[in-house]
Amino acid sequence: MRRINFARIAVIVVLAAALPVLAGAQQMESHEGKWTGHSEAGRQLYYRYCWGCHGARGNGDGENAPYLNILPRNFVAATFKCRSTPTGTLPLDQDLFNTLGRGINFTNMPNWSALTDQQRADLVAFIKTFSPRWKTEKSGDAIQVPAEPALSVASIKHGSELFQKLECWKCHGQEGRGDGPSASTLTDSNDQPIRPYNFTSDNRSKCGKTNQDLYKIFMTGLDGTPMPSFADVIKPEDAWDLVHFLRTLQYNNKSPELTLWLSTKEGAEIVNAKKVQNTYTGSGVKP
Amino acid sequence: MSMKHVMLAGAVMLAASAVALAGPAGGTVSGKVTYEGTPAKMKPIDMSKEPSCAKMYTTPPVVETVVTGSGNSLQDVVVYVSAGIPDDAAPSNAAVFTQKGCRYIPHVLAFQVNQEIKIVNEDQTSHNIHPLPKVNREWNKSQPPGTPPISEKYDKAEFIPVKCNVHPWMHGNFAVLKNSHYAITGDGGAFSLANLPPGKYTITAWQESYGDQSQEVTISGSETKTVNFVFKAKPY
Repeated sequence: MRRINFARIAVIVVLAAALPVLAGAQQMESHEGKWTGHSEAGRQLYYRYCWGCHGARGNGDGENAPYLNILPRNFVAATFKCRSTPTGTLPLDQDLFNTLGRGINFTNMPNWSALTDQQRADLVAFIKTFSPRWKTEKSGDAIQVPAEPALSVASIKHGSELFQKLECWKCHGQEGRGDGPSASTLTDSNDQPIRPYNFTSDNRSKCGKTNQDLYKIFMTGLDGTPMPSFADVIKPEDAWDLVHFLRTLQYNNKSPELTLWLSTKEGAEIVNAKKVQNTYTGSGVKP
Repeated sequence: MSMKHVMLAGAVMLAASAVALAGPAGGTVSGKVTYEGTPAKMKPIDMSKEPSCAKMYTTPPVVETVVTGSGNSLQDVVVYVSAGIPDDAAPSNAAVFTQKGCRYIPHVLAFQVNQEIKIVNEDQTSHNIHPLPKVNREWNKSQPPGTPPISEKYDKAEFIPVKCNVHPWMHGNFAVLKNSHYAITGDGGAFSLANLPPGKYTITAWQESYGDQSQEVTISGSETKTVNFVFKAKPY
């Protein structure tokens, strides 16, 4: 007959009771459009879905954390990659909400689209209870993103000049493959190696795949990573040119920018030269 | 003693106190920071990936994590009053941090809480300024050549490592301090903290790889007290 381990049950009961205490007793709300999130509701979800990586205290030291090569966010530091707000400021509730719905590509953060909007809003509210910054500071003011101008070849070419001038290639590489001269030395703020985005791999960067998302990435920077903010050094009209050019680097993604670029002689030569045919990478086994 | 003499004496005393108020009042703590043991050999920096900076040096500069001078002295040590004095309001002048030859000048920049810092790029290459605070807010800004200085401030006291991700050898420090009584040791390792009113103080010396040390000192009147710090050098 199997004996019931009362001691183990007692430990579990005590731990379960202690969880709310660990996370602090304060209440938070989040506001995303028509949704209002409540931290009390988010707490239940957090201790079911999130704490395995982000930890009981939200400081990113969950039991899975040592096995992840981009460490889970530390909510106590409240430094977030994907924001619409300037570098060094707290994100909008909507930014965190969007990250939960989207996940973070190239990391172990999955998308939580299986949860309802209300549940994600509740989680955002709860995440904000971990750092005292949410009590003493307001979210930054979202950067102004002007309407996207019409796409043109001139815009792509100007974007290409900016890519050179601002030395984006130092990390992202001349062809946007994430293999620039500084790429192999990069570390994030946890001192972990981190790769610059490889434009040729995918059309989903860490913080979304729309042109607006691309615009925000270099104008706000991805805090906690080597990617800085260019808000003070790129004019808004120039920023859109850079977005148009960056799209042409994603040559596996048939975007309007790439299609237009391929329709020019110069663009077609550049893009086709990048496509190295009939070479195999990896283990050497032919596909 | 006549009335006239008393008045004269009073006037002299008033004048003396006025001088004391206007001039350097109080005592001074001065001393020297040295090391014992063998410090690690600082390696030359390979700047070949940034030719615009590499060509500025005839011999490659060395890493500045530990900078030693004559007589086992330690440079770039922040010596400051860590306790015993009220916090000061930030001065109006900006502390300037310059990127030149793909290095930070000065290597350690000390300034006060809420004091403006100006970050200047004098190089022909883009830098990104990425301080890595633990208690202050973390930001990261790009600064291409020829762009205006970046103005920032910090609202909490902290020692903050600063790096440039584009040029991984670039490494500096911000020392954000609560009061104006601080010094950074130069060649010879000497420091002097003046204008300390009578009282008991904790003097702390901070070196980026050896950590910090503190000593208590009591100042009465306008005396000068000597406080020396000796760090144990790490050979690796």
